[in-house]
Amino acid sequence: MKTRHFVAAAIAVLALGAVAPRVVGNGYVFYAGFIALQYVVIATAWNILGGYAGFVNFGSGAFVGVGVYAAVFLFNALQAPLWAQILGAACVGGLLGLGMGYLTLRIQGVYFSIGTLALTTVVSTFIVNWSFVGAARGATVMAPHPQIWFPNVVSYVFFAMLTMAVLSVAIARWIERSWIGRGLAAIRADGNAAECAGVPTLRLKLLAATISGALLATAGAPYPYYASYVEPDSAFSINYALNALAMPLIGGTRNWTGPVIGALLLSGVEQAATVTIPSEINLLIVGLVLIGFVVLAPEGLLGLAGQAVAWGRPR
Amino acid sequence: MSDTILAVRDLCKRFGALAAVDGVTLEVARGEKLGIIGPNGSGKTTLINCVTGVVRPDRGAVIFDGTDVSGLPAYRRARLGIARSFQIPRPFVGISVLENIRVPLDYVHRPHRDATRARELLSLVGLDGRADHPAESLTHLELRKLELARALAAEPRLLIADEVMAGLAENEIDEVLKTLFTLNDQGVTVVMIEHIMHAIMRFSRRLICMETGRIIADGAPQDVRRNPEVRRVYFGK
Repeated sequence: MKTRHFVAAAIAVLALGAVAPRVVGNGYVFYAGFIALQYVVIATAWNILGGYAGFVNFGSGAFVGVGVYAAVFLFNALQAPLWAQILGAACVGGLLGLGMGYLTLRIQGVYFSIGTLALTTVVSTFIVNWSFVGAARGATVMAPHPQIWFPNVVSYVFFAMLTMAVLSVAIARWIERSWIGRGLAAIRADGNAAECAGVPTLRLKLLAATISGALLATAGAPYPYYASYVEPDSAFSINYALNALAMPLIGGTRNWTGPVIGALLLSGVEQAATVTIPSEINLLIVGLVLIGFVVLAPEGLLGLAGQAVAWGRPR
Repeated sequence: MSDTILAVRDLCKRFGALAAVDGVTLEVARGEKLGIIGPNGSGKTTLINCVTGVVRPDRGAVIFDGTDVSGLPAYRRARLGIARSFQIPRPFVGISVLENIRVPLDYVHRPHRDATRARELLSLVGLDGRADHPAESLTHLELRKLELARALAAEPRLLIADEVMAGLAENEIDEVLKTLFTLNDQGVTVVMIEHIMHAIMRFSRRLICMETGRIIADGAPQDVRRNPEVRRVYFGK
């Protein structure tokens, strides 16, 4: 896709999202759509470090949770508006990504992943013991009625999440095509060879971890407005960590469309499952789909499509 | 400007009980064509790894063009002008052949060089037809060419070619040698590690033989080749 077309598509999506609340009467669309878009942000953000650089982060839950609680804090302390909550979440998430990266990115492969797994527990323990944001009891956040354009809070946070989704996809796409993306791909392939080609591997990995962490946190920030009530167990849910990993793997990790496809697919399946079967089975389905893809299509749907094209071509 | 581009002083690197490099001191003159031979496991590649910064030596110093680079990470040394190829090709899989070349063009040079330069380099090594293929689809031979092109993309002042010619046919060896001679004429110092004797004898003006982490012979190629100890450890006679 050419950049011109991408920008046009992004503007069209945003315009549609802005008009929809005035046209579509069914609130469920925005309710379900919010989750789908949150997944797009999470999958895209995860893929910047996990897909492009090849560092598998199991700690996405920590970043989303930090985003949720940064928003709660800013709301409780300053009655900050949503955009400020999102910005604050991005800063905290970016710092957490940088810190985590500094501590763990010098470790290779699986040890890095184990390190990130511990992060969720550390951060959620901190929140559970912090009474200003509700501690283990949780916090109620009554969102003020949106003063502009939007008829209700849900459609307002839906649009905020849509903006974040478009923004994170644009960032991922830019990274992928720029010198940063080439450097990350070199690191993923071979760290030593990348260094010898002049790539400052540690610095670049830290950059990827910071951007990825910041975007993951923004996916959490609008959640208190959306749900009105948050508590640590759901904010730091293992589901986030699992889904963040599953979606890019299902869609494909090599370019920006993979995580988007994976996120829309997985959230669609989840929504369908939520209304038809009990929610515990939900997780089971995600797990089975993930195992299926790892075994049958390790390059994701994009990889499968590429193979299909290759088979179709005369040899 | 001194005439020495690379000086290695009393370099030691142990892996457990094995002293891979055991007190090597070496000077390479600017514009020199230096060959390094030695049996497998004699420490040639470890020496190169220490010079390029991939491996941190236990002791000793590496001085490049008058600057002590011993404490610098590999990417800084690459930017100063040290480039290498790897003995076992290490392509950046997952991106295209062209993008492989763009990595050093992006990172070594300021300002960045564009894709046009990358295409020139690919045609120099005869990979222009493969520019948009993924790196993992290349044959072993093409991977060696990619490895060389990636090292050249850095426009180094010191090029270390670690067995770039292994597995190549005679006419391809001639091509690689021609490329290296051209580079050398342009002022690039070339250090060649090679097992293909006729190639290294044709190329080098000075030859070093290593054995168990030490330099056992250093001099004119014909003299080193006739050295009885070199004949014993390397040629097995």
